[in-house]
Amino acid sequence: MKHDDKRWLDEPGNVRKIYVGLWIFGLLLALGDLVIHRHAEAGLDGDFAFYALYGFVACVLLVLAAKVLRRIVMRPEDYYDR
Amino acid sequence: MIAELPAGLILVAAGIALPFLPRAARGTVAAVVPLLALAQLMWLGPGHVVQAQILGFDLTLVRTDRLSLAFGYVFTIAAFLNAVFSWRVREGIEPPAALIYAGTALGAIFAGDFLTLFVYWELSAIASAAVVWAGGTPRSYGAGMRYLAVQLASGMLLAAGAALHFADTGSLAFEYIGLGSAAGALFFLAFGIKAAFPLLHNWLQDAYPEASPTGTVVLSAFTTKLGIYALARGFPGEEMLVYIGATMAAFPIFYAVIENDLRRVLAYSLNNQLGFMVVGVGLGTELGLNGAVAHAFADILFKGLLFMSMGAVLLRAGTVKGSDLGGLYKSMPATAGLCIVGAASISAFPLFSGFVTKSMIMASAAQEGYLAVWLVLLFASAGVFHHAGIKIPFFAFFAHDSGIRCAEAPRHMLVAMALTAALCVSIGIFPQQFYALLPLPMEYLPYTASHVLSQMQLLVFSALAFSWLMRNGIYPPELHSVNLDFDWTTRRLAVRLVQGATAVIEMLLAALRELARGAGAAGAGALERLHGSEGVLARTWSTGGMTLWVAVLLAAYLLVYYLLYA
Repeated sequence: MKHDDKRWLDEPGNVRKIYVGLWIFGLLLALGDLVIHRHAEAGLDGDFAFYALYGFVACVLLVLAAKVLRRIVMRPEDYYDR
Repeated sequence: MIAELPAGLILVAAGIALPFLPRAARGTVAAVVPLLALAQLMWLGPGHVVQAQILGFDLTLVRTDRLSLAFGYVFTIAAFLNAVFSWRVREGIEPPAALIYAGTALGAIFAGDFLTLFVYWELSAIASAAVVWAGGTPRSYGAGMRYLAVQLASGMLLAAGAALHFADTGSLAFEYIGLGSAAGALFFLAFGIKAAFPLLHNWLQDAYPEASPTGTVVLSAFTTKLGIYALARGFPGEEMLVYIGATMAAFPIFYAVIENDLRRVLAYSLNNQLGFMVVGVGLGTELGLNGAVAHAFADILFKGLLFMSMGAVLLRAGTVKGSDLGGLYKSMPATAGLCIVGAASISAFPLFSGFVTKSMIMASAAQEGYLAVWLVLLFASAGVFHHAGIKIPFFAFFAHDSGIRCAEAPRHMLVAMALTAALCVSIGIFPQQFYALLPLPMEYLPYTASHVLSQMQLLVFSALAFSWLMRNGIYPPELHSVNLDFDWTTRRLAVRLVQGATAVIEMLLAALRELARGAGAAGAGALERLHGSEGVLARTWSTGGMTLWVAVLLAAYLLVYYLLYA
């Protein structure tokens, strides 16, 4: 098995292209709210880009909270074996 | 008539016979028999009942209706896919245990009374514990023991509930129960253990990741969905379930983010998906109940697919620790692709199964006015994409190249994964045909422009959050670790308490012994002093002295008598 098999994804520049592409795609989706009339399911989700903002903020908060949780609950891998 | 036999019995019989068959035939038998069971169910259709009188009880051994059939179909399909996935596992306890487990779980689904349900409930617990033990490591042995203890506890609660229910109503029929009685509360707990309610959930994250690469796939399908089925049968519309389910959907995702063992991440995410189903049952509307059943059906498939892909990684790379993996797409491109189909399905991307099933529950929650619950579920939806949809494929197949170079998954595993993936996509593309399998009549259109757009916004921005956190070094790295969960109370706190109590009791006993020895010696000394040859009481006393003492005693007696009775 060879170790030096460089792929397209191994190039940091290409990963950046995907990242930027994802932002463009996301912004286009958010702008889609201006074109497609979304019928609100629960009331406040009719606001412009509600789902986009909620998704982003929810995930950032999730990760930040999980980092705090890790400080409380993380133990060495053999904790229960000792 | 073979078709008249209780559903699932054919799987149990095949499981018992399996070790006695020629090795070459075992894989085929294990795969064909579930298909026969599926055919039997389709032939029977709803309304089939087998009754018997045993020990003076009127039992309903089989009862098919649209609710039990929906679960029956997916259980047999899962048993078939599991058999294909573990085609090459021919030795040991796992293949027969897996078939017996699937068969007894099917039996429980079609049980029409609590006694029959109890028997299958316990048998499936034992068979599934054998699947955990087939992991073959000291860890899987310990986890299997803990798992079995919890499952048997659920069975005992079920038996107690059944006895109370029988005393109250004189009937053992498994119909709507409700929380109005003590029996109802016992059933609720028994089912809640299987459905992994918060604080009753840890057996799942503890045991499932310790089974073999194929065993975990088997385990993921049945036990928890049996719990969901039982709740849907006994407690539809029980409002408490809405809040229990919302809690279940939310809290495991925090653990999933920091967990390193990718199969354990999936176990947390299984718990989170069960939360959606429990909410659906709690809502009790046509849309909610159908959504719970539909989501259970879809989850068995996409969660099976994800566990399969991680099983293949474990088999080939020797580990599923996120910290040790990465870059495997170079070695296992097909597995990576199929894993992404599972990830897209659980994340509810349009055209994949989760999109048409989970949204039913969300829509029903919104219609019934549970705004806070709806927001929690939306948070959980974003979170599930984050930890299962992105984290699983990313850390296993992409991330930094770990340097691991291995073979692609074996062909039979790829076939099983491809079939499962095809089902996930089919449900996503043909929702109306799939909805026709559900227990209640309803009208729901998942593919509106509004729904597709909002879901895509939610998912793409969750992905952007992941990438942004990753690129800025905020995302917590995968680390070798154990994260304490509620099972710490039984695995560490209770053990320490028992150890501590034992130590205290031993100290007390030692002190008592010391005290007794001291008291004995002191007592002997006192006796010696009073009654010994030189003791006070051994002396010769004068008659006058004795008379004086008698007079004193009599005076005291008189005084007491006077004080008490005068």
